[in-house]
Amino acid sequence: MRDSDMESIFALVLAKANYVVYIILMMVGLYAMIVKNNLIKKIVGMSIFQTAIILFYVSIGCKRGATIPILVHHASPEAAAHGAEKIAAHAMEAVDVAHYINPLPHVLMLTAIVVGVATLGVALALAIKVYNTYGTVEEDEINQQLRSG
Amino acid sequence: MFWQLELIILLLVIICAIAAITVRDLLSSALLLGAYSFLLCLIWAVMGAVDVAFTEATVGAGVSTVFCVAAVFHTTRRTKD
Amino acid sequence: MKILGKLTILLCGVLLLVFTMEFPDWGDPDSPASTHLSPYFIQHTMEDTAVPNIVTSVLADYRGYDTLFETTVILTAGLACFLLLRIERKKVHHRYYRHEPTGVTLRMEGDKFPRNSAVFQRMDANWVPYDFVISRTCRLIIPFIQIFALYVVAHGHHSPGGGFQGGVLMGASVILFAISHSLRAAIKSFSEKTAALLSVTGVFIYAGTGALCLIFGEVFLNYSALAPLFGSDRVMARSHGILMVEIGVAVAVTAVMIWIYYNLSSAGKQDEGL
Repeated sequence: MRDSDMESIFALVLAKANYVVYIILMMVGLYAMIVKNNLIKKIVGMSIFQTAIILFYVSIGCKRGATIPILVHHASPEAAAHGAEKIAAHAMEAVDVAHYINPLPHVLMLTAIVVGVATLGVALALAIKVYNTYGTVEEDEINQQLRSG
Repeated sequence: MFWQLELIILLLVIICAIAAITVRDLLSSALLLGAYSFLLCLIWAVMGAVDVAFTEATVGAGVSTVFCVAAVFHTTRRTKD
Repeated sequence: MKILGKLTILLCGVLLLVFTMEFPDWGDPDSPASTHLSPYFIQHTMEDTAVPNIVTSVLADYRGYDTLFETTVILTAGLACFLLLRIERKKVHHRYYRHEPTGVTLRMEGDKFPRNSAVFQRMDANWVPYDFVISRTCRLIIPFIQIFALYVVAHGHHSPGGGFQGGVLMGASVILFAISHSLRAAIKSFSEKTAALLSVTGVFIYAGTGALCLIFGEVFLNYSALAPLFGSDRVMARSHGILMVEIGVAVAVTAVMIWIYYNLSSAGKQDEGL
């Protein structure tokens, strides 16, 4: 009873291994954002958190045995000359959906990565401003200065 | 690719992430973030997300690491925790 | 406080683990994420837009409105960094100049020293001799990085790539120039004003393409309206429209990456770099 339970749990975890990894990464990032005192460590934790979410979405769109989401097309010189008619003729051949990885999460995550780096830039600019004003980036020292000043 | 490679790289990703928030030197933390981004790019390339891997390689392991290092140079390098 | 934080995170993690065990397996082709909308995109992208790279066609054509505002977000981030850091503080006290023939270093107060003197070279405060090997090697590499960036932008239709990746590569080449030589040399060749104007130009190219479609009679961002402009049929016009907006995105992303780097690496003063 015990052995088969452990084996079934192990098989379950192995089948959904990507979720386990993404949850661990997300909790690491959240821990850094909440518990750490240093502002730059908090920003590093924010970046880890964002990339963990991106890992989650990309792993959802994965399909076993499928290829990358760029259509396999037979390039020929006549296709370039004839334009759309030839390409539409090629498209009438059946495109097997299960042969290609789901491209929709990739599109959303491209946006997410670039927005992530924009947020990182603004957060680091704010950290530099805080250092110029207070002389430190440790949160407890800043709180002390705010309370006494 | 075979799944053992994916599991090994995923384990390295977790180790890099935990190390990036634990070390006391902020410059090492920024560079570990660059290594973490690069390993994540490898995972996505193995999973078949080539556009996402390309973007993460340029943005995460390139430009984002440079921004972090520039910010560390203008604040302090040591930290207490 | 720390104990409370650790307890919260443990609780969050366990709850998430329990609930995600109900999710579909990894690599399942019948999961709900892959059966509603994406089969339409996979099957119809070739006959609608003649672009084999499904990610590019969805990003720039089917979901072009999102990408327009993403480019606006990047522009806003560059603007925010500029407004935060670029404030004139009290004047810098002293600068260092090096006499070339004899190697003597001077420290001068204020900035009354002649700016472009052939004999005296301005140094950074924590000056290390700029390495000859590094600067010459980077001079060899940077043109190839830029050509590769242009290649990535132009071939977004058939291979992984597109506007974002090419734009970041181009920005990274200028950042490499600023690191291997000095920040002042980079600012002299690609000034901050150019970066700011180019970033806005990139967003205007994108929005302008959409407005051009309005002028030609279709909906905003429906590129098939540009068919009389390119002299081709409606499907190829969508492919060319995708290329136009990718160029706009690349220009905007290049300029914003360089702008943020200039402001971050010098903390707003823009006279000494990393």
